[in-house]
Amino acid sequence: MFTFAKAKLAVLGLGRQCVALRALNGAQAVRNVRGFASSERDEESSTSENEPFDIIISGGGMVGTAMACSLGLDPNLAGKKILLLEAGHKKEMDRVPETYSTRVSSISPGSATLLSGLGAWDHIVNMRCKPYNKMQVWDACSDALITFDKESLQDEMAYIVENDVIVAALTKQLQTLSDHVEVQYRTKVVKYTWPRPYHISESIPWVQVTLANGKTLHTKLLIGADGPNSMVRREAGIPTVKWNYDQSAVVAVLHLSEPTENNVAWQRFLPSGPIAMLPLSDTESSLVWSTSHQHAEELLQLDEESFVDAINSAFWSNENHSELVETAGSLFRTALSVLMPDSGSARQLPPSVAGISPKSRVMFPLGMGHATEYIRHRVAIIGDAAHRVHPLAGQGANLGFGDVAYLTKVLSQAAFNGKDLGAMQHLLEFETERQRHNLPMMAAVDLMQRLYSTNAAPMVLLRTFGLQATNALPPLKEQIMAYASK
Amino acid sequence: MYSKKLARLAFGLLAESAFKCPLTRSVSSRGKAVRSLCSWTVCLHHRQKNLLSNGLTRLNVRPVSQTTLDPAEVRKFQAMASKWWDLQGEFAALHSMNDLRVPFIRDNLLNVHGVQQLGKPLAGLRILDVGCGGGVLSEPLGRLGADILGIDPVEDSVRTAELHSSYDPDLRERVRYQACTLEELAEEEVEGFDAVVASEVVEHLADLDAFASCCQQVLKPGGSLFITTLNKTTLSYVFGIVAAEQLLRIVPSGTHDWEKFIGPEDLERLLESFGFYVEAIRGMMYNPLTGAWSWQQSTAINYALHAIKRKEEPQPDRVWAKSENLDEPGRATSYS
Repeated sequence: MFTFAKAKLAVLGLGRQCVALRALNGAQAVRNVRGFASSERDEESSTSENEPFDIIISGGGMVGTAMACSLGLDPNLAGKKILLLEAGHKKEMDRVPETYSTRVSSISPGSATLLSGLGAWDHIVNMRCKPYNKMQVWDACSDALITFDKESLQDEMAYIVENDVIVAALTKQLQTLSDHVEVQYRTKVVKYTWPRPYHISESIPWVQVTLANGKTLHTKLLIGADGPNSMVRREAGIPTVKWNYDQSAVVAVLHLSEPTENNVAWQRFLPSGPIAMLPLSDTESSLVWSTSHQHAEELLQLDEESFVDAINSAFWSNENHSELVETAGSLFRTALSVLMPDSGSARQLPPSVAGISPKSRVMFPLGMGHATEYIRHRVAIIGDAAHRVHPLAGQGANLGFGDVAYLTKVLSQAAFNGKDLGAMQHLLEFETERQRHNLPMMAAVDLMQRLYSTNAAPMVLLRTFGLQATNALPPLKEQIMAYASK
Repeated sequence: MYSKKLARLAFGLLAESAFKCPLTRSVSSRGKAVRSLCSWTVCLHHRQKNLLSNGLTRLNVRPVSQTTLDPAEVRKFQAMASKWWDLQGEFAALHSMNDLRVPFIRDNLLNVHGVQQLGKPLAGLRILDVGCGGGVLSEPLGRLGADILGIDPVEDSVRTAELHSSYDPDLRERVRYQACTLEELAEEEVEGFDAVVASEVVEHLADLDAFASCCQQVLKPGGSLFITTLNKTTLSYVFGIVAAEQLLRIVPSGTHDWEKFIGPEDLERLLESFGFYVEAIRGMMYNPLTGAWSWQQSTAINYALHAIKRKEEPQPDRVWAKSENLDEPGRATSYS
């Protein structure tokens, strides 16, 4: 029966190929043929070329490349065919460029552990990375502040690494796995075709990925790591809860007035949005200023000097303070210091900024997004495709790396049990676990964003007291840090 | 004794009759009930062979079973054949049993043979899946690298299994199916397999002696035999009644014959008499609410058994020395 079926398919395939050759509009015919009978053609052409991949990862950013590395290094997945598709070009970095790139991420210890397990952390450390030991977050409308640091200030809390450096390090590691992890750069996907959830004879049970160059690939599992506007998620019809914050982030590389032991991350909540300064080196820091679209555009138009002034005043000026809030705040702080004498921290001021790197000012819109499902039959989405957060907590990349670690673990176990990699059972496990972790984080970040985007007195008072109280409770702060470090 | 056998044969042929036998309810899972129908042809065929004694021919079993089987039963099998791979369908319990039996088989084989190859732990081993049905157990074992031959007397099931595995190039090379019985195979493949798996099959065979003898023939010395089946206890009877009453509405009254269940002690004794020694027995339990299986201490309802074919005939003066071997490192006494 099997040989008969194969012969029948082969005959059909040959027939259709003849049609294609004879057609006047070659491209048109090929497309028709492919859409209708790609399975037949595949059966007919060289088997090794068109055999289904075990896993295709769509999207070669930080999270996608990390996923490819992670799967490639797993011993239970040895011998599986893995493919990474990336629309851009290969990001290699033999030597780190002099200037810093504007897009940076805060890498938590958990993510650093994953990256070091992949062997990429060594490359990152050799290229460029900045650990920081302390974080100060304070309000513009009151004196409330909160500081996070490890017990002894010697320990590193997290790392600021440029996104390009991370991708380059992972790409370097990926090259060592080239025997079973294949990467195709400059490859755009135009169409996905989903398999039926139940088995029907004569239909292809795999996911079909159609590329812009006309080829069709098959895979047993498709992993979508293609960013916040994920095509995989859209084509799979996964409903997404999303909204745009009426904010854009302005990023730039800042030059500090004087060299300093730059190991503190600063974030101040202005009524228009948080402004953050993240250390890159002893003389340079990265700016992430989330503010309204209009203000962001204005900032981009300013000349360098005015821009620098705007940054400094944003961090230093107290114009948003109101008497009521100040009095209330200081009363509360006194009360707290009576109850808990050791709590409370002195407010420090961030270093002042002297200049910016030329042409380093960029802006991009901010939004929140969460896919209600991370999986479908033979499909999983990870990273920003599944969840998109406001940068105010520096968690976007870390959530993505958490997805990578857990999905690898789930797939490894499934392969060791001889399971079909695209089966729902273990994918559901991945979805449940990650949603359980990601949703509270995203809710908290969204709450913070809303809480701090107003200067109405009641909200200000509420958040002032809240912040001061949290600052006075070291166990609570430790919990928060532990959760964010995973 | 023969009258009992004849009575069982008569009952078997009149599956739908109102013959009052409360011990014939399906146990614990409807999937097993339905599959029991398929493997039931195996038992019928065994009975047939026993009655005819010798003259085993190399003919395909189908003509024989079709003449003795109720055509309604055959139609039932054919209807069920396409449902093997519907993961939420009647065979859902069998699919979820893979979570227990694949690691059981894999780990015990790894204990005996060691890891063959990363990513393909069972590479190089030849395994026979008796009563493979739609290939539910054969496929995961094939993915782990073993060369699998799945046999089942119901040709529709074998066809379904072949079709399902034909799409996956990994499986195409490693998993083969054949519609035949174990006895037919035993003539060709003497000492050809590293392991034999008979999962949810033994409770439907009338002649366990023939089965054990055939297994002994096809296994290499030191080869492994894996059996999962139901115990013959009050508990398995009670669960059968309860579950069957819930399931009666869904599944045509299957024929799990409580009389044909065999307890682990009896099975162990039987296998020992055919030159096996039983290495491990573990209890299993199905939770109908979650649809998941789990290991448990008690073997009262379902259990899994691992036996190894002795490498040589035990000599009388070496029996004592043999019992020492029971503590060799290969023995999997406990694992999570």
